[in-house]
Amino acid sequence: MSQKMVWAKKDLLGLEYLSREEIEFILYTASSFKEVTTRQIKKVPALRGKTVVNLFYEPSTRTRMSFELAAKRLSADVINMAVEASSVRKGETLIDTGRNIEALKIDIIVMRHDHSGAPNILARNVRSSVVNAGDGWHEHPTQALLDMFTLKEKLGTIEGLKVSIIGDIAHSRVARSNIWGLTKLGAKVTVCAPPMLIPEGIEKMGVRTTSDIAEALDGADAINVLRMQFERDSAVAFPSRMEYFKQYGITAERLAKCKKDIVVMHPGPINRGIEMSSEVADGGNSVILEQVTNGIAVRMAVLYLVAHAKEAAK
Amino acid sequence: MKHLIRNGRVVDPANKIDEISDILISGGRIEAVGKALDEKAGKTIDAKGMIVAPGFVDMHVHLREPGREDKETVRTGTRSAIRGGFTTVACMPNTEPALDNPDIIKALKEIIKKDALCKVAIVGAITIGRDGKALVDIEALKREGVVALSDDGYGLQDGDLMLAALKGCKKSLLLLMDHCEDKALAGKGVMNKGFVSTKMGLRGIPREAEFTFVERDIELAKKAQCPIHIAHVSCKESVEIIRKAKKAGIPVTAETAPHYFALTDECCATYDTNTKMNPPLRTAADVEAIKEGLADGTIDAIATDHAPHTDSEKDVEFDFAPFGIIGLETALGLSVTELVDKKILSWSALISKLSTNPAKILGIEAGNLSKGSVADIVIIEADKKYTYTGDSIVSRSKNSPFIGWQLKGRAVSVFVEGRPVMLDEEYGRV
Repeated sequence: MSQKMVWAKKDLLGLEYLSREEIEFILYTASSFKEVTTRQIKKVPALRGKTVVNLFYEPSTRTRMSFELAAKRLSADVINMAVEASSVRKGETLIDTGRNIEALKIDIIVMRHDHSGAPNILARNVRSSVVNAGDGWHEHPTQALLDMFTLKEKLGTIEGLKVSIIGDIAHSRVARSNIWGLTKLGAKVTVCAPPMLIPEGIEKMGVRTTSDIAEALDGADAINVLRMQFERDSAVAFPSRMEYFKQYGITAERLAKCKKDIVVMHPGPINRGIEMSSEVADGGNSVILEQVTNGIAVRMAVLYLVAHAKEAAK
Repeated sequence: MKHLIRNGRVVDPANKIDEISDILISGGRIEAVGKALDEKAGKTIDAKGMIVAPGFVDMHVHLREPGREDKETVRTGTRSAIRGGFTTVACMPNTEPALDNPDIIKALKEIIKKDALCKVAIVGAITIGRDGKALVDIEALKREGVVALSDDGYGLQDGDLMLAALKGCKKSLLLLMDHCEDKALAGKGVMNKGFVSTKMGLRGIPREAEFTFVERDIELAKKAQCPIHIAHVSCKESVEIIRKAKKAGIPVTAETAPHYFALTDECCATYDTNTKMNPPLRTAADVEAIKEGLADGTIDAIATDHAPHTDSEKDVEFDFAPFGIIGLETALGLSVTELVDKKILSWSALISKLSTNPAKILGIEAGNLSKGSVADIVIIEADKKYTYTGDSIVSRSKNSPFIGWQLKGRAVSVFVEGRPVMLDEEYGRV
């Protein structure tokens, strides 16, 4: 069983690179850390003497906070390094920055980067562990892990579930990580978006695609609703906000036609009235705040596992 | 000094020769080709078990001089060429400044005279500054001896200007080498658009960006009645369009590069920036189509698109890395491994693609071993297996995805105009 696994990977770059057993092992480890987060004293000494650097090339409040809390609850020392993307790029390269941080004798770099693949490149150039906190449109593995953790809590298992991911699939790292994770754990995944936001070849990742919201909701056990980013430069080819809500927005009326106990997830931050109505966001099917809580436990598990993988490798 | 190359397997597609023979070189020219030639006045080279062929002609090389001597120079680039068996390279005009006026071409010719270890043909720009807005003085560049025009690196977006360029090239008897890319479709893409770019979260360059321009420009060439050469063909549809155009009698020729028959976009999956080139690596179906195009003659030439970049430029995020890889030192090994060994091309057909055809397309005196012709010759150890290593590279840059590959076939000796510039690899110290 997964409980007996020895974790061997120094980095967490994406769920594409993990086996089903490894994903299950992270979720299993997270469940024991979740217990810690509910105690009066929410701290264990598992990473005492270890240093975690949050290296963020892209603004993020919640993911950074979640990683920071996770590290602190494991008794690690945490340094936050927010990088003004442009200033770094003019001077220091990613690899130089990584090596300089490593020279400070740190153990784990948690990186958020606006360009896909940056964590892959960093990881092969440093000995420290690298944890991907979201890279470009590529992957956001801890988000998908916390989504799956929440689903498992709510529905008991991932195997056989029908899960629909709705929104801007083309530009979403959350979508990609969820697709890898969910399909590896045996869920049937549908992605739903306006046709221009369904990227070429995504069916080969093992999903069904549709641009019809009714089809995506029909029979779904859970939906994961993505944030629409109308501010991005490729948004000229998007439908308007109003039209998007009309065609794809998750409303109480649409939800009424779904399975009664359908689980509604959103990685946040929500655009109320664009991808989802307030009624749904705050309603009984929504697990959005539980996702946030679970994020800490999942990130504790990830930090704990990669830190110890490194020790095993030594 | 005279040289006698003895007992080699002489492969000379221009004269339909593929047999064991001797070649006598004298005064920079081929004095005789035949059996049991006897010559005591000069040096004898034993080529038993080797292939003796006309020196290779690379139609598509970036020597980077002037302007980016940190990546490559005329000296280092031509050294790399000789190591690969090339005796002539055509250098592309995307230098800094661009090769768009007679003065800069005069200056480059001086550098070539002083530094080049093999012959260098110059390709001039189509538009001033290669910015796609105004044509160069085509006839003035012709007078300076350029062999072709190209805005390589950028597709000429303005179709009307392309038609004008073709008409000018026709009058000046210059070849137009076409980089086919619709910028609007290519956008900010960094690799082939498809499943792999989708899973990697990288912006894709769709195949349509290439082949719609191949189609457009062939139509324009037909209208202008001017020969057109399609550079670096990478996708299936382009091959089909060119095949059809050739059948219809339109004067079109085409080249591909070894990476388009040796690699697919799956190679990009580790974000190795040495798999980033333009046009991008495509899919397995495209590789098959490229091989078919080579086999049936649709694709006339193998050119390297040798594009040196420094380590510091390539050791960055995939999005930030420049496009391109070096290719001069791996072209033969990859061709033998992927084409000859896999029975896609015979040796004779391969020599056509690497030498005879590109020489003919460029209209230069090279590519054959006829009696009396210039003695540009390569001697090839066809069965030699080796590992391509970073240390072996003589180009100034080492941006190759093939480092560590097992290859077969390498050039061991090279003659340029009868001069032995590399003998049994001793040249490494030239």
